[in-house]
Amino acid sequence: MLSYVGRRLVHLIPVLLGMVFIVFMMIRAIPGNPAQVILGQQATAEAVAAMNVKLGLDQPWYIQFFKYLGGVLQGNLGESMRTRLPVADEIWPHLAATMELAFFAILIAIVIGINAGIVSAWFQNSWFDYIAMVLALVGVSMPIFWLGLLGQWTFAIEFSWLPTTGREPVRDPVNAITHLYIIDTLIQGRFDQFFEVVRHLILPGAALATIPMAIIARMTRSSMLEVLRSDYIRTARAKGQKMFWVVYKHAFKNAAIPILTIIGLQMGMLLGGAILTETIFAWPGIGRYIYEAISFRDYPVIQSGILVVAFIFVMINLIVDLLYGLIDSRIKYD
Amino acid sequence: MNESKRILEVKELQTTFFTDSGQIPAVDRISFYLSDSEIVGIVGESGCGKSVTSLSVMGLVPSPPGKITGGEILYNGRDLTRLTDKEMRRIRGNDIAMIFQEPMTSLNPLFTIGNQMIEAIAIHQSEMSKKQSEEKAVQMLKLVGLPRASALMKDYPHQLSGGMRQRVMIAMALVCDPKVLIADEPTTALDVTIQAQILQLMKKLNTDLGTAILLITHDLGVVAEICERVIVMYAGQIIEEAPTSVLFKDPQHPYTQGLIQSVPDMRLKKERLYSIPGNVPKPGTILTGCRFAPRCKFAFDRCISENPELYVTADVHQTRCFLYEERKVKMDGNNTFVDS
Repeated sequence: MLSYVGRRLVHLIPVLLGMVFIVFMMIRAIPGNPAQVILGQQATAEAVAAMNVKLGLDQPWYIQFFKYLGGVLQGNLGESMRTRLPVADEIWPHLAATMELAFFAILIAIVIGINAGIVSAWFQNSWFDYIAMVLALVGVSMPIFWLGLLGQWTFAIEFSWLPTTGREPVRDPVNAITHLYIIDTLIQGRFDQFFEVVRHLILPGAALATIPMAIIARMTRSSMLEVLRSDYIRTARAKGQKMFWVVYKHAFKNAAIPILTIIGLQMGMLLGGAILTETIFAWPGIGRYIYEAISFRDYPVIQSGILVVAFIFVMINLIVDLLYGLIDSRIKYD
Repeated sequence: MNESKRILEVKELQTTFFTDSGQIPAVDRISFYLSDSEIVGIVGESGCGKSVTSLSVMGLVPSPPGKITGGEILYNGRDLTRLTDKEMRRIRGNDIAMIFQEPMTSLNPLFTIGNQMIEAIAIHQSEMSKKQSEEKAVQMLKLVGLPRASALMKDYPHQLSGGMRQRVMIAMALVCDPKVLIADEPTTALDVTIQAQILQLMKKLNTDLGTAILLITHDLGVVAEICERVIVMYAGQIIEEAPTSVLFKDPQHPYTQGLIQSVPDMRLKKERLYSIPGNVPKPGTILTGCRFAPRCKFAFDRCISENPELYVTADVHQTRCFLYEERKVKMDGNNTFVDS
């Protein structure tokens, strides 16, 4: 088991190296020059050249690449060209904001998606099944920006139940410790703020949860339908077990592996690619952070930001793989 | 007639499958009974309705599309077809238990044997403590002849062989001390040597615990081994019923005769094994006459147009064949019938 984890982590190295290299080359293929962006359109050619030297952009690409790589290997993610601050310090608050939102969203998606899928499979071809599956289809096809705007208009503007944008009350900002505000407010015993933070999470969380929820529901349904036809389900019923336990104990555990796979993939996507939601809800997350870095051609931020997201994605997959073994003892890691 | 109490009595049971291509009566007005501590076999080819019969008794007919559309299933005089879901759950596993054909897939692969055994106890005997149920489970595993029973409790089904899994299934079915065990082809998926062991085990448990067994099989050899009485089914109907010894000595229905002839006999050096010509009618085919008529070498005009009833041809022998209509009258006379 430990050696398996070790080997998986070793396999991670070429993946991340390749990743860093591709991102490095791609951002340099985008037209535009960081020095020009920093100095503005009116800057003289000399000033731009001087800035290029200062940023190290006058050197050949492979020197730049290995310099960056050397830094990363020493745990140094570089320095933002725009703010001159270390990327490692800048990135965490944004990553924490995204993580909080993503976990909240995936929680909604899992709780509703799995249960909807289970009940749909249990009562296959019932009105609940039809409605849930039509909603799931609508959910997957729904553009997030439209859904987000609709939510803001309905719940924030028309009914004024929830805040439109942001992570925290503007007049009473959270005193950040871990930057995960749910935890920070609880540590400080500020339950009023905790409540506010949760209120801020609801709209973007629900918007972000829609697509994963629909995908999870459909996956759960099809996986459960297959399992419910199994012989051991008949055995469990022949024992006199209640249908609820037959479904939630015997069937669900057997149906769980493909569902877990999907949840892992969706979680990875949410952590890396919630840009639309973050933009609509003015959420200071990592998606927007990288997006803004791209428009400023802030090379170190783009590179390190994507590297961190890729690393998280791969780690989630590893965790999912390890969870398989916990569910099914036939899956062995050695 | 059997003097002991009839624990299970099926009367005019009709189970129909409602499909897109019409209604299919998988079980067509069958009646039979099972006495206390008796072993009765139901024999027939695949698709004759024997599994649907057993699932009907358990109230586990896949629904939709299946549904019990008529008749009664009396357990201790209580009609199971009229019970609510909750009442039926109390019967299942507790009074009537069932084991299935595929021991490899009948146990949940993700739970330990112990978990699944204890679950069976917990459902019906909630007053038992965890420790007591554990002891009971181990004791039951020992009873079905499984070695190192307590270690087995922590094993997963994939760590066991097919024969062992079927023993676990039997142990699990009998753990709540049911009065009736329905065994749907319990030995079909097993090796021949294991088959014999499982049959002996069932016979032994029948004697020791007094559990009545309804054995569903397509194998006359299995019937000969342990059943006291046999019911032969064909295309959803009972076509013959007799005590095992009588049936083998004097098979009356042409179908039963064919079945017995198709059992390979080591003493005879035959080039080809006998087989009944033709196939079981496809479910859903509308049959006006005797259902076996298209394959019967004795069939005459009447067989095509009219379905015979079950004629009582001897004290405990019934046959659904016109050839025995006369015999009904002459029942007290001598018992030899010559087909011509």
